[in-house]
Amino acid sequence: MSTVPIFADEEWRQPSRGMVAMLSLLIGESAIFTIFVVAYIYYIGRSVSGPTPAILHVPIFNTICLLSSSFTIILAERAIEHGRMRQFAALWGLTMLLGIEFLIGTGMEWHDLIYDKGLTVSTNLFGTTFYSLVGLHATHVIIGLIMLAIVMVFTLMGRVKQSHAERVKVLALYWHFVDAVWVVVFTVVYIVGK
Amino acid sequence: MADQTLPIPSSTQIPRAGTAAFMEWLHGWVVTVDHKKLGILYVVYSLFFLVVAGTEALCIRIQLIIPNNHFVTPEVYNELFTMHGTTMVFLVGMPILFGFATYLAPLMVGARDMAFPRLNALSFWLTAFGGILLYFSFIGGFGLYGMGSAPDVGWFAYAPLTAKAFTPGHNTDYWALSLIVMGFGTLGAAINIIATTLSMRCKGMTLFRMPLFVWLMLVTSILTLVTITPLTAAQVMLLIDRYLGGHFFDATAGGAPIIWIHFFWIFGHPEVYVLVLPVFGIASEIIPVFSRKAIFGYSAMVAATVAIMFISLSVWAHHMFTVGMTSVSNAFFALATMVIAVPTGIKIFNWLATMWGGRICFDTPMLFAVAFVFQFVIAGLTGIMLAVAPWDWQLHNSYFVIAHFHYVLVGAIVFNIFAAIYYWHPKVTGRMLDETLGKWHFWLFLIGFHITFDPMHVVGILGMPRSIYTYEANRGWNSLNMVISIGAFIQGIAVLIFVWNLIRSHKHGKIASNDPWDAWTLEWATPSPPPAYNFAVDPVVRSRRPLWDIKHPNDPDWKYEQ
Repeated sequence: MSTVPIFADEEWRQPSRGMVAMLSLLIGESAIFTIFVVAYIYYIGRSVSGPTPAILHVPIFNTICLLSSSFTIILAERAIEHGRMRQFAALWGLTMLLGIEFLIGTGMEWHDLIYDKGLTVSTNLFGTTFYSLVGLHATHVIIGLIMLAIVMVFTLMGRVKQSHAERVKVLALYWHFVDAVWVVVFTVVYIVGK
Repeated sequence: MADQTLPIPSSTQIPRAGTAAFMEWLHGWVVTVDHKKLGILYVVYSLFFLVVAGTEALCIRIQLIIPNNHFVTPEVYNELFTMHGTTMVFLVGMPILFGFATYLAPLMVGARDMAFPRLNALSFWLTAFGGILLYFSFIGGFGLYGMGSAPDVGWFAYAPLTAKAFTPGHNTDYWALSLIVMGFGTLGAAINIIATTLSMRCKGMTLFRMPLFVWLMLVTSILTLVTITPLTAAQVMLLIDRYLGGHFFDATAGGAPIIWIHFFWIFGHPEVYVLVLPVFGIASEIIPVFSRKAIFGYSAMVAATVAIMFISLSVWAHHMFTVGMTSVSNAFFALATMVIAVPTGIKIFNWLATMWGGRICFDTPMLFAVAFVFQFVIAGLTGIMLAVAPWDWQLHNSYFVIAHFHYVLVGAIVFNIFAAIYYWHPKVTGRMLDETLGKWHFWLFLIGFHITFDPMHVVGILGMPRSIYTYEANRGWNSLNMVISIGAFIQGIAVLIFVWNLIRSHKHGKIASNDPWDAWTLEWATPSPPPAYNFAVDPVVRSRRPLWDIKHPNDPDWKYEQ
């Protein structure tokens, strides 16, 4: 008999459904970003009129903020795992502040591009691809911030417990993805495309 | 102690109450998060649109039955073939197959519901509203500016035809928006099926003991994640072009319409496998049961499925041999397309080897499944012909292509959808479908199918292009088109018999036992129809055929299975 029979009292382990679902969602999201990144790369230098990517300033402070929010959220995950709820709340709040700073930075960059440099989504191909790719990423940051804010509200109400560590980790996975995608977008838009 | 029996709870069919309880009954269906009710909603929704899109196909065939016909105007004709294609793929094919999976996957893996029941309901209603949005275009396509108009840009909506300058009005926007909405619904369903199959299996249901239908749906769902999302991305780009003045597909500003063609087929070709892999799963459930043998080559079947998933992501440009790619690209996509024939061939031989030496019972589900194997071989062979780039240059966008993909979509997919409905109807409703009507349905549909789609190959080789409004009498296509149209109506009659069978069995069908086909997978261990909680006690399985083990305690499968 080659099969191992399963007995009623035997341990039966399966992957967490939340993690599986979030990973599946992120695979799908990667495909969406891939399509927009491919379109961006394909259209580099194909605009028939100005402005060109040379007008872009590299958003270094913004990038540092967003990437360090990945570290603060890891620390927050550790805190909730060990039940240190005050520390969790502080780190979670810090993560949100870093994310909000990123959005403000993006907003200021866009304000400068639209009103001073005269680049809108309909100006030329660069405008179309730039705003849609960076905007797609910013949309994901906004969605992530909304979800972080919901957790924050419940944390401040004292409803989030150590037993919610697993769910918090699922959400943190999404935030890590948003950060990782920024590395790709940053490389393509501000280094390769410039 | 290993559990040797599964206690079967008593049936919980609630008798229909009077009209006073109608609102309560309706409310129950609208707010339900039960995977079985949602599965039924998916299937009923898809069957409704199957009839709608079938009617559109019949209108197309009436228009083409004789040369220089004017049954519909050219504008309406364009709307008909666009809506026929879009409806059949997005409102019939995908929802009905995900509906089968929504109903069956939890039962087959011994779970009480999907991993995320509320996401499940959201996915269905997104799909449903997407369909309504698409069909609302018939009255709202031009908004307030005039009369309605359905999308008329073809189901692949090539740029730059979709630019605002060439398709004013809102019909193309309805098309793009409804596909985005349905895309999110499909994405949710796919995520749910993956989480259910990976995380909700009952004790002992290891991955390699899962029924093949569940395996195939798992692979389909993973493929869906990376298939439906590029379409969503491309639709967003299209809307940016149309509403925000973007230039993605605008050649005058340096944009490239060919990018749309690439993006569409990066979705479009794997989509074929999203539709066909689930029906491979259906055939892999039905053929063993009606051959009275375990499936031949279970692990080869799984391996071939995973291989198809990966290869199918690298073949999209075989739809594009005529756009003028480099010969290296042509060679790559031709070879990649032909490589798919290898894992597909493995599957065909596995089904044949399952039937070989079996005691085959030709009940209606098996008839449809056997016809599927035969027709799918032909569909695959014409596919290899079209994969040869020079041959494709000759026949691209001809009726030969139409014949090829309808052999897949109807000959393989629709045949297996019918097989699945005849097979699982007793489980879902507690009543058998009528066998005599089923045989009439099968034979008429089979004959109609071949009368329609076999001559289409010939008329395509004779040069008839797809999507043409009408043709001149001296082209030599007259009698063939007449035959094709007659065949289409025979299929229509067959589908009417099927619908009548469904309606009739609702009241007068023979009461089904819990396990009318003497099958082996877990869904047959529940009452017909199953109660809301599926299993009174969480089942424990020790082999791929848990019911065989229970029925044959002296000769259980787990003694032999690897």
